[in-house]
Amino acid sequence: MSIHVPEETWFKPPSGAERTWIGLALAWCLVLSIMMPYWHFKGKQNSTGDSYSVTPTAFGARVEQFVKTNKVGETNGIPIVEPSPGGDAYLQAQMWRWYPVLKLKEGQTYRLHVSSMDLQHGFSLLPMNMNFQVLPGYDHVLTITPTIKGEYSIVCNEFCGIGHHLMTGKIVVE
Amino acid sequence: MSTAIAIEPPARESSPSGLSVGNHPSAGVRTCETTGLPVCLTAQQFIRLNAVIAVVALLAGGVAALLVGLTRWPTVHLLDPVWYYRLVTFHGLNMLIFWILFMEIGILYFAATTLLNTRLFSKSLAWTSFAMMLSGAVLVDVTILLGKADVMMTSYVPLKAHSNFYLGIILVAVGTLIGVGNFFGTLYIAKRDKTYIGSVPLVVFGATAAAIIAVVTLLHGAIVMIPTWLWSLDVIKHVDAGWYRLIWWGLGHQSQQVNVCAMVSVWYMLGTITTGAKPINQAVCRGAFVLYILFINLASAHHLLVDPGVGASWKIWNTSYAMYLAVLASMIHGFTVPASVEVAMRKKGHNRGLFGWLAAAPWKNPGFSAFFLSLLIFGFIGGITGVTLGTQQINILAHNTLRIPGHFHSTVVGGTSLAFMGLAYYVVPLIFKREFYARGLARIQPYIFAVGIVIMSLGMSFAGSYGVPRRHWDVQFAGAQFAAGFGSGAHVMLGIMGVGVVLAFVGLITFVLLVVAAVFFGKKIENRPMTAW
Repeated sequence: MSIHVPEETWFKPPSGAERTWIGLALAWCLVLSIMMPYWHFKGKQNSTGDSYSVTPTAFGARVEQFVKTNKVGETNGIPIVEPSPGGDAYLQAQMWRWYPVLKLKEGQTYRLHVSSMDLQHGFSLLPMNMNFQVLPGYDHVLTITPTIKGEYSIVCNEFCGIGHHLMTGKIVVE
Repeated sequence: MSTAIAIEPPARESSPSGLSVGNHPSAGVRTCETTGLPVCLTAQQFIRLNAVIAVVALLAGGVAALLVGLTRWPTVHLLDPVWYYRLVTFHGLNMLIFWILFMEIGILYFAATTLLNTRLFSKSLAWTSFAMMLSGAVLVDVTILLGKADVMMTSYVPLKAHSNFYLGIILVAVGTLIGVGNFFGTLYIAKRDKTYIGSVPLVVFGATAAAIIAVVTLLHGAIVMIPTWLWSLDVIKHVDAGWYRLIWWGLGHQSQQVNVCAMVSVWYMLGTITTGAKPINQAVCRGAFVLYILFINLASAHHLLVDPGVGASWKIWNTSYAMYLAVLASMIHGFTVPASVEVAMRKKGHNRGLFGWLAAAPWKNPGFSAFFLSLLIFGFIGGITGVTLGTQQINILAHNTLRIPGHFHSTVVGGTSLAFMGLAYYVVPLIFKREFYARGLARIQPYIFAVGIVIMSLGMSFAGSYGVPRRHWDVQFAGAQFAAGFGSGAHVMLGIMGVGVVLAFVGLITFVLLVVAAVFFGKKIENRPMTAW
């Protein structure tokens, strides 16, 4: 009875089916525990968590410098910027836009710096469905290699005020 | 069945040694006519108070849930963005915090006093706890509805709410902590006065595990909420966004483990009350509760799997090493709870085939059906999605998408809330001493709610797997700078979610009406057992 005081000798090792089940469950938990780190290194699909402290003002200045140096056009009033292959690219999140539009080359590797000027934002790349948290004060560096040509949208998936659902951006891979 | 509840008392209890007489003041206790258990009258008063406020919060949060759900259904798209975001905040706090915390304080008072045959430690502490929690909850709700706290339940800094929002949360948290302290005080006087012999019953053990985790949880809450409150008052200039997330999830995730412990304790209790189930091996059940206490805090890290500021090895260590030991605990309960029901049913002669015992279970008893459906939904949908989403490789595909609410609605709603509803089918007749009206409706209520929640959770999960964000007013992005959106598959899933929302709301409102009708207008139960379900 789970609502009554148990018999005096309640402490006994598991036996029978219960013991088998605990063994199976524990074994499966161990498999899961090993798989996550194993696939982090083997699969190479996850961010290493590379990040640096940065003030929004300093990050904004870097983004402006990046845009000035690498601008190749403009769309909807937002500059299109083509970073040098293998180099650094910057993406600034603010209420309620992703700035600038990035033009990347297929098969090249970039260090993409993402940070916020104001609130927390959520970087969500569609239709790939890849998601990262973007925080003010943190320069989140994602090492990315685009492998499929096309146009991708970025939406915000962390609530950032009343215009949250209007916050979209674009990445073009050529 | 002649008596309402088929509890066969163990041999020891029928011949109590002189010690086990309780420590109640005169006229401070009654014996339950149905179960034969002692009920401390002070505890009964506070179980009633907490349960009433819990159901009020459930109703408020439920109405918000319907409106929010109908807004996420693109065909309906009911609310404007201001009220959508406002009510998402309102819904989260009322359901996840107020409904569940008030219920849990009631459960703690019940488990400690009735099952250990002791009086409640302190009536004034119980009043203090209740008054603080209630005033905090009202303050939070009013602040949100006045439009001063459109910050979501997580209130991630630097998104800032009115200072009363944080103050209200602090009041609720401190009030809860005082209630938990009253529970520990009750355990202490029961032990001191030798009101029971040997070890505490399993349900009390589980409730104690919940209470221990609650203390750690609420301390995290204090560490993060007090500076944030001061920041909202301009006393502190800056609260770091990454620091806030790290500590907040020590509150946010662990509080879910309080819910799990409370829910599993309710499973054991309802299993015993409805079928006479007896755990096969108490050492195993208790060991599993200890695993929750030891390992769940580290698992909070899975909320930060795609965050900057914490490195990959920190993320992997915390989520792979310890989370799975907490998962192991749930795997164990997922076995021992139904196994104990099976043993009890087979003992009664229901031996046909592999599942004859299950077919013969009291499915018309809402206490049983709610408990067993809660077990199935929590285990098969909530648990599996939780372990999946907590994996680094998969989290990147799921973070902040609708897959996340798809997961936790099947743990905390299909699991915890449904189990608490099942409990209410006994709390009302046994603690409020009132009969239910419309008993036929009560028998099907758990099924309506469970089916609604399952459909809703699956709709959310599959929509989220297309990348549909959570907490988002318009997934068609009308008027946005760059076009974005989702294909028909995602829209179909959002429609399925909407149907589930409506069905679950029907189940919820049925529950609220049944409980309100019974508590305020039900036939009184005096000097007789409750009518058996």
